[in-house]
Amino acid sequence: MTDTTSTEQFGSSRVKRGLAEMLKGGVIMDVVNAEQARIAEDAGAVAVMALERVPADIRSQGGVARMSDPDLIDSIIAEVSIPVMAKARIGHFVEAQVLQALEVDYIDESEVLSPADYVNHIDKWNFTVPFVCGATNLGEALRRITEGAAMIRSKGEAGTGDVSEATKHIRTIKGEIARLSSLTKDELYVAAKELQAPYELVAEIAATGKLPVVLFTAGGVATPADAAMMMQLGADGVFVGSGIFKSGNPQERANAIVKAVAFYDDAKVIAEVSRGLGEAMVGINVSDLPAPHRLSERGW
Amino acid sequence: MTVGVLALQGDFREHATVLRSLGSDVVLVRRPEELAGVNGLVIPGGESSVMDKLTRMFGLAEPLRAAVAAGLPVYGTCAGLIMLADTVLDGINGQQSIGGLDISVRRNAFGSQTASFETDLDVPVLGGPPVHAVFIRAPVVESVGPNATALATVADGRCVAVEQGNLIGTSFHPEITGEHRFHEYFLQKVRSAGFRS
Repeated sequence: MTDTTSTEQFGSSRVKRGLAEMLKGGVIMDVVNAEQARIAEDAGAVAVMALERVPADIRSQGGVARMSDPDLIDSIIAEVSIPVMAKARIGHFVEAQVLQALEVDYIDESEVLSPADYVNHIDKWNFTVPFVCGATNLGEALRRITEGAAMIRSKGEAGTGDVSEATKHIRTIKGEIARLSSLTKDELYVAAKELQAPYELVAEIAATGKLPVVLFTAGGVATPADAAMMMQLGADGVFVGSGIFKSGNPQERANAIVKAVAFYDDAKVIAEVSRGLGEAMVGINVSDLPAPHRLSERGW
Repeated sequence: MTVGVLALQGDFREHATVLRSLGSDVVLVRRPEELAGVNGLVIPGGESSVMDKLTRMFGLAEPLRAAVAAGLPVYGTCAGLIMLADTVLDGINGQQSIGGLDISVRRNAFGSQTASFETDLDVPVLGGPPVHAVFIRAPVVESVGPNATALATVADGRCVAVEQGNLIGTSFHPEITGEHRFHEYFLQKVRSAGFRS
């Protein structure tokens, strides 16, 4: 969208992707009310994700999960000065229009909510507000970027406190990028076909060795060591959903995860911040989840 | 010549890349001892409230203040500008800054992300064509004290770049647009200051 009265340009890819660049090395925390948002900001979150129920509750309560009440989102925007993100259902472009009208800073088109369209994702180029989307592999990430996503988060398995899927997804994406870099030009055509992604984007990634947008990790991060492991595996930052406010001492745990992400390669710091945090969220082993209840399989 | 980049959070790698391309040695700074030996420092874009918290928690804030007072050249972009401001008008509870620039800044002064923008700016001190500037939930300098000098303003007249002695601050991010003139200008200051910590 271009402002016709001046040379100022709003909603460009550079501006959208740029906000994610500024969030790097940071922790984005799920919050369900203004009080939690305050705790998150004070603990050093780089942004908060405003939602009505954290994934662990969505999982245990069941039912259709939708965009949050605008009043809730407004109250969180009013409470904090760091960026506020909010979730729309996959393919629900009207929820996204509403979130843009509420002036959230980022929209997460999220598999944690119930999909609104099992065929199409949102055409994210139509929006001034940037989008982050989940991905379990490189092809999925590239399809989202093609649709206009300005940031990718590997999905993991939200609401479990089990980091194994997060590990699998970030390793998969990183591994597939590394593989692309080793291919010759003629092999990249087939790689694009296999990834089901545009050749130009595939060739760009083969040349640069990285995604053109920031890559965070999400889904099951519950401890400072989990968060630091995601960083060591190459994530630009982490989302922590249920892991903070479903734990025994949210404030201390939030603080500790922020420090562990900044010093992700310093085991002494991680050891220090891991002391006396009280109980982590109880969690569910992903292997105990029947396949239809795995959120990471939503989106394609 | 060694330039430190504060690497607690934000787009510090982009700054490191620009500085290396201009021939500097770069050290990522997260701990007080990593400040030793730097001839200049860049404070990147990111979230100022997080950088403030981490610099204090890991014992960097006081050494940084001392180094700025002793003449360390520092360039801050966006959050970095906020960190260098003597007064932050709307910080979070208890937010502090390193200070050094005789200015008052307001965070997120343009509004939410949908009001973020890119534009061309005249920056007379750099000479040459306008600077293409990206503003991302950017701060503005609401008042410039007698010791600081405004370097650029946006169309409505609000100040978005300042300098004072060896310190430079910009509301926008040359590090993500391929614009190297601010970094070159900063490196000139680093060279002529000859600062050793």
